[in-house]
Amino acid sequence: AALKDGLRSQVSAALKEGRVTPTELCQRCLALIRSTKFLNAYITVAEETALKQAEESEERYKRGQPLGILDGIPIAVKDNFNTAGIETTCASNMLKGYISPYNATVVQKLLDQGAVLLGKTNLDEFAMGSGSTDGVFGPVRNPWSYSKQYKEKSVPKSHSEDEESNWVITGGSSGGSAAAVSSFTCFAAIGSDTGGSTRNPAAHCGVVGLKPTYGLISRHGLIPLVNSMDVPGILTRCVDDAAVLLGSLAGHDPKDSTTIQDDFKPFELPNLTDVSKLSVGIPKEYHAPGLSSEILALWSKAADLFKNAGAKVVEVSLPHTHYSIVCYHVLCTAEVASNMARFDGLEYGHRSAMKDSTESMYAATRREGFNDVVRGRILSGNYFLLKRNYEKYFVKAQKVRRLIADDFVKVFRSGVDILLTPTTLSDAAPYTEFIQEDNRTRSAQDDILTQAANMAGLPAINVPTALSERGLPVGLQFIGRSFQEKQLLTVAKWFEKQVQFPVIQLEEVKRHDSGVFQHQKSASFS
Amino acid sequence: LAPWIPVVGLEIHAQISSNSKLFSGSQVQFAAPPNSLVSFFDASLPGTLPVLNRRCVEAAVMTGLALNCSINKKSLFDRKHYFYADLPAGYQITQQRVPIAVNGSLSYSLYIDNKMSQMVTKTVRIKQIQLEQDSGKSLHDDARSQTLVDLNRAGVGLMEVVMEPDLCCGEEAAAAVRELQLILQTLGSSQAVMAEGQLRVDANVSVHHPGEPYGVRTEVKNINSIRFLAKAVDYEIQRQIEELENGGTVLNETRAFDSKLGCTVPMRDKEGKQDYRFMPEPNLPPLILYDAKSLPANMNHQQVINIDWIHERLPDLPSVKREKLVEQYGILPEHSFTLLNEDGLAEFFESVVKQTQMKPKKVIGWILNDLLSYLKQHSLTVKESPVSSFLLADLLKLLEKKEISSTAAKRVLAELWKGEGKTPLEIVKEQKLELLQDQKELEQICQAVIDGQQNE
Repeated sequence: AALKDGLRSQVSAALKEGRVTPTELCQRCLALIRSTKFLNAYITVAEETALKQAEESEERYKRGQPLGILDGIPIAVKDNFNTAGIETTCASNMLKGYISPYNATVVQKLLDQGAVLLGKTNLDEFAMGSGSTDGVFGPVRNPWSYSKQYKEKSVPKSHSEDEESNWVITGGSSGGSAAAVSSFTCFAAIGSDTGGSTRNPAAHCGVVGLKPTYGLISRHGLIPLVNSMDVPGILTRCVDDAAVLLGSLAGHDPKDSTTIQDDFKPFELPNLTDVSKLSVGIPKEYHAPGLSSEILALWSKAADLFKNAGAKVVEVSLPHTHYSIVCYHVLCTAEVASNMARFDGLEYGHRSAMKDSTESMYAATRREGFNDVVRGRILSGNYFLLKRNYEKYFVKAQKVRRLIADDFVKVFRSGVDILLTPTTLSDAAPYTEFIQEDNRTRSAQDDILTQAANMAGLPAINVPTALSERGLPVGLQFIGRSFQEKQLLTVAKWFEKQVQFPVIQLEEVKRHDSGVFQHQKSASFS
Repeated sequence: LAPWIPVVGLEIHAQISSNSKLFSGSQVQFAAPPNSLVSFFDASLPGTLPVLNRRCVEAAVMTGLALNCSINKKSLFDRKHYFYADLPAGYQITQQRVPIAVNGSLSYSLYIDNKMSQMVTKTVRIKQIQLEQDSGKSLHDDARSQTLVDLNRAGVGLMEVVMEPDLCCGEEAAAAVRELQLILQTLGSSQAVMAEGQLRVDANVSVHHPGEPYGVRTEVKNINSIRFLAKAVDYEIQRQIEELENGGTVLNETRAFDSKLGCTVPMRDKEGKQDYRFMPEPNLPPLILYDAKSLPANMNHQQVINIDWIHERLPDLPSVKREKLVEQYGILPEHSFTLLNEDGLAEFFESVVKQTQMKPKKVIGWILNDLLSYLKQHSLTVKESPVSSFLLADLLKLLEKKEISSTAAKRVLAELWKGEGKTPLEIVKEQKLELLQDQKELEQICQAVIDGQQNE
């Protein structure tokens, strides 16, 4: 089995049949993490506990009693999910060294099914950002920066200037998780998605990024950014794998009162061959300012793909789309101001040495613990929540949010099954270029295509589609109806098969997978 | 000088009597070792979420029904933000927009004058009842310049009962709160013991001249007993009147009641008005309650609260109990108040009545005049009484059978108080208190006394 293999199809079978053991798998991943350290995808590598989990898994396989498909599978988790005994930092000074006493529900579920937790991945501080560049542990580098495909297309000005200054960002804020999956150091990773934080880096890193319907997967243990929009995100190398992860994580959690009560039945994805009954909507507002001509062309090509296969492809309108950025800004900062109020240094986390008074200790702790991005959002949020501003901003934004959500309801009611849109405005920017603009500007620009799905609570998925002129991944997004993940993923899987997105060619992976690395294949193995 | 009309509005926080806290599973218990009853959520560990405690909702519904409120079938939770050491999350979860119960009333009675001869019934309107979290406790250690924080109480469920400003003085405030306390204790929704912080009262006080708009009000906090409530309110009314009559102004401020000095003083750390930046609590969906009509057929009964079901099971409220006592035993309304006012006294009375032939109207005298005054003198509760209802009943039986005089009975009672385990009959024999029934014997004694007098 190769590190590139799909879960359900290859790895699981290989483990069951003993062709590879969980410890071997774990060790290979750990070795690859070590040799790809320059990507800075991981904040914490939990080597000891991972090997122990792998050993336990191996015992189960020996007894012929694996816990399921995920038993022995190496997984990475974004560092804003609580993991008992393993540091949870949110890439912030505020939580450096913080060891949580409990596991997030999604983490617990993974562990209960025998998954091997390799470590915690890097992100923008407290998940605020769209580049994974603004955490205290430094930026995450997109593995594609080191791919043969990218290097072939880039023209370095001088030899010394090549990899060091040319590397591109992963997108964010779940950049570490996306990079980890993209570079084969794990088979799947958990991210979070509040305005696009799973889909955006998935698009830039050429992996599948699923944002489930709000309320389907428990947020208990996910350190919140915006409680009313956050969801745990799933990053994998193929759509089938995303379905496997979804099946193991979805369902009511009594610890999270915003999860729905209905029973969730895990599903296997059918191999769709006939799309003639499918109606695909193309929202015209998603032809957003700044959308690269390359991606526009790709989007168009994808629409044609569906049309030629017999599907009904129609242009639709989501008229309130262009309000979503400001609406998101108000609601997001308001919730941030509220959620960050607990970080005062008293019970946990960083505490300033300032001792003059409780208040001065709070102020110093928060100034020292949070970066500018976080502090900026707290200030904005508090402004919007002031009594004199509440109606004007917060309530107004909630109303606009309702309008945005209603746009989707209307479109889906008109007979459209699924929406097809770009995920990002362009391919990944070089880091040096990306940091020219501040976080707020970047987030506002980059989130435009992904935010609305969070506002409306709808499921959405990025499917890697093709390489750009620069040799970097470009993905397209499907948005589905509430709780219709099966339909969403079925269509995504069909599309994935059509486009045959190329496998990343990384030196490091070649080295580790030598002997098994055979030939280029699409990410989806049929 | 123009008369002043004092206006008093009370905000009462009653701790809900439940096993666990409002939004988490940690235990509710008084005086436990510091920080021993704190769940991850109570400590505001990042990533934890609130889960609503059903029992707390039921307690609030019961209380709302007992106070004649409309129960809102849909109510909402909000965050109220401020920074303080005893508020780990930096916000309190409360119900600011739509509380669980609104528009009720509380009837209470008080003596019309000092003679305690006649009672009058008054009503105060209840504006609303809302569910909210209690905060932890912070203790300031000035000697070591540190603050000690105990989060045991953080997250305990509270019912905040907001009254309209219908009260006019300390006596009314005390009587209203006393009645509320009895109601809560009867329902079991709160143990409402002020000394244990289970019932906290803040008083809003202002004064104005008739025909003029309401005056500026102050909020008085730190009131630890019903007796102090009356004192604090009356003091504040007086203070405001004096201030205004001397040409001064009343500041819209928060004042603390100093029980040692018997006055209110401005509170140190309240600087100006706080903007609490209220925001809906995004982790709790709206609270939906049902009644018999609106209850859907297939609903899982574990998941719903039926207001009508709770209504049907409400116990007799104090006002009803009093009426029953008056009707059943022919005692005065004032008596019924005193009986219910002392924990266990009504039961004691009824027990004695059952055991003797003496008319309840006579028994009540022994209960209220003799027993109760002994209890008060020795600061004992009815439960702690060295004289049980059986002993008293025995004594009253002797009295009823005319075996002893009432003077003798009082002497026996005094002896019983010593709690030496003697029965009334034993004491009577010991002290030779038997009533002589024999005419001839009595004549002889009288004659002896007269003779004795003559010899002097």
